[in-house]
Amino acid sequence: MIQLAWLIPLFPLLGFLVIGLLNKRLTISLSGGIASISVFIPFIISLIIFNEIHQEGSVPERVLMFDWIVAGDLSIPFSFLIDRLSVIMLLVVTGVGFLIHVYSIGYMHHDQDHPRFFSYLNLFVFFMLLLVLGANYIVMFAGWEGVGLCSYLLIGFWFKNTEFNNAAKKAFIMNRIGDLGFLLGIFLIYVTFGSVSYQEVFHAAKEFPDGSAAITAITILLFIGAMGKSAQIPLYTWLPDAMAGPTPVSALIHAATMVTAGIYMVIRSNVLYALAPYSSEIVAVVGLVTAVFAATIGLKQNDIKKVLAYSTVSQLGYMFVALGVGAYDTALFHVVMHAFFKALLFLGAGSVIHAMSGEQDIRFMGGLKKKLPITHITFLIGTLAIAGVFPFAGFFSKDEILSKVYAFSPFMFIVLMFTSALTAIYMFRLYWLTFYGQCRGTEQQRAHLHESPTSMTMPLVILAALSTVGGFLGMPEVFHAPHYFSEFLSTIIYRKSELVLPETTELMVMAGSLTMVVLLMGITYNYYVKKSSMPERNERELSGFQKLLSHKYYIDEIYSAVITKPIDKISAFSYKQIEIGLIDRFVNGFGFVLNGASSLLRYVQTGSIGTYVFGMVIGIILLVVLTMIH
Amino acid sequence: MNNILHYVPLSYYIILASILFTIGVLGVLIRRNAIIIFMCIELMLNAVNLLLTAFSAHHGEASGQIMVFFIMAVAAAEVAVGLAILVMIYNNIRTVDINELNKLKW
Repeated sequence: MIQLAWLIPLFPLLGFLVIGLLNKRLTISLSGGIASISVFIPFIISLIIFNEIHQEGSVPERVLMFDWIVAGDLSIPFSFLIDRLSVIMLLVVTGVGFLIHVYSIGYMHHDQDHPRFFSYLNLFVFFMLLLVLGANYIVMFAGWEGVGLCSYLLIGFWFKNTEFNNAAKKAFIMNRIGDLGFLLGIFLIYVTFGSVSYQEVFHAAKEFPDGSAAITAITILLFIGAMGKSAQIPLYTWLPDAMAGPTPVSALIHAATMVTAGIYMVIRSNVLYALAPYSSEIVAVVGLVTAVFAATIGLKQNDIKKVLAYSTVSQLGYMFVALGVGAYDTALFHVVMHAFFKALLFLGAGSVIHAMSGEQDIRFMGGLKKKLPITHITFLIGTLAIAGVFPFAGFFSKDEILSKVYAFSPFMFIVLMFTSALTAIYMFRLYWLTFYGQCRGTEQQRAHLHESPTSMTMPLVILAALSTVGGFLGMPEVFHAPHYFSEFLSTIIYRKSELVLPETTELMVMAGSLTMVVLLMGITYNYYVKKSSMPERNERELSGFQKLLSHKYYIDEIYSAVITKPIDKISAFSYKQIEIGLIDRFVNGFGFVLNGASSLLRYVQTGSIGTYVFGMVIGIILLVVLTMIH
Repeated sequence: MNNILHYVPLSYYIILASILFTIGVLGVLIRRNAIIIFMCIELMLNAVNLLLTAFSAHHGEASGQIMVFFIMAVAAAEVAVGLAILVMIYNNIRTVDINELNKLKW
């Protein structure tokens, strides 16, 4: 079945073409159905492949599609690499993708443009599959660019709104800035190793000494690409703005799959990162700063999706910290767990927004517990998972990251614990304010409150179940249970992480974080429910620091003043002065000169025969004389 | 026979033909009457004929005189066509002054 892996990206591509071409002739059930099946079949195939790999413990297999780029010495085939890492990503992308497709059937029910939506979703899944299946950096880059494109298309899905279009452009342009670094990294890989294929590059890399300049440069450049794609500082501001897209898009692209592409890339290149401790440190520090920075902003956001967006940025920071300290399998573990509970939270938020007739501000929600039971329970499970409460998924993955970081650097551990506290605070703040208390919406909204249809609640339930039991795939050693993730990925990881804590310390870390989260749960309950405190409705009620957080540290404004405006000025200058003043003048000048010359030359045609004959005679004499001279 | 022809040196023929040719060229350039111009063209052609015959006689080669035949035939044809055009022009502007034919200009 592995040899038939090319079928996996084929189905979403066909789905994209069929739905895109048939467009208006399709009903919601048809377009949604075709799209969902186009993702479900790849999921089944991925399961079969996973089973094969699990049983045989087979070596990575390359499936060659065709010779893509052949020029002299350069040969880049279009081939897929099926190994343990890619099969896990396949399962996540197709599995969670399928659930979100089903959810979208309910969510986009009333939208006239649903065929376009589903075709774009399928196209996204196609490119994401290319990204994780690629056997060399170029195929990955093709998928990388493709998911950026689909992100743009989907964020700006309701294109009649200029704000949404601006958000889409912002996402795409920031991605491209990162892609420049990524591309330079790939060029450097080719120059250093003579190939871009994973197997050849990693094999050759093992000969290099630790901390060599070439590999350090490569890893830093690749990480710049990951910064753009996975929303790390400084290229993260597109992610909160990307919430302008429909909620299933936020769940799929900006929670579960596209933003994890950067993490996948680093895990795939773990050989290179293991050989470049300097860049690994940079990765860890950037991840750490992003995690705490975004968590602080999340405390003061009032849009339900924006809180989740900043939460995603923060959690991605966690994953990069794990990568930076060399715990690649832990990072992948957190990626999968995060996909479950973050998709769950976003879909739950979508359900809430749907029930509140489009309201997204949590200050106008409340009391939804009774009316939306399934949404409420699943959202609660998601919140518990992300905050890291035993036995939900987030507890195990987060705890593992915390322990590994503690073994690496106690200072980073403290910062990360602080971030976990912030995470618990803003997530529970979100939960209490949305579901408890009195409903603060309008009369109309209250009248329309209803639980979502099954197509929307079913994925919520499934994701909630996964968030509950998923953690058991990665049990820490202290519980004397196997860590399936570690064992499964051991063949991919080059250098096993040596970060192991003594048992008692690990148990202390676990107990400590758990107590902290439970305490914070109680404190926030007291503050938001018992005391019915509300986030300020009015700008003026905010103190200085609160204002800073609420305005996201004014980063967007800073970028605008420092980067956008000067570039605009340069562009205007180039247009006025250089393009029009210089180049146009030069090209038009040719025309003018020609015009002038011919207006003088035309006087030769006098019309009088005598002159013409005279000219003829002169010409003949000249000819004769010239012949004589030679 | 060759002796008689050699009594008149070749250079005399060359000078004569050149003078005739120059007179023809000047006539074409200076005169205004189209018929005179045709006559001057004929003069030029005949000057060339003379020269060719002289050379051919002096070197004993027949090819020069054969060429003269051709030139005479072409001259005749050319005159026929030229005079026909001249008559058409006269029908239109009732004069043969070439200075009146200046409409094809800038």
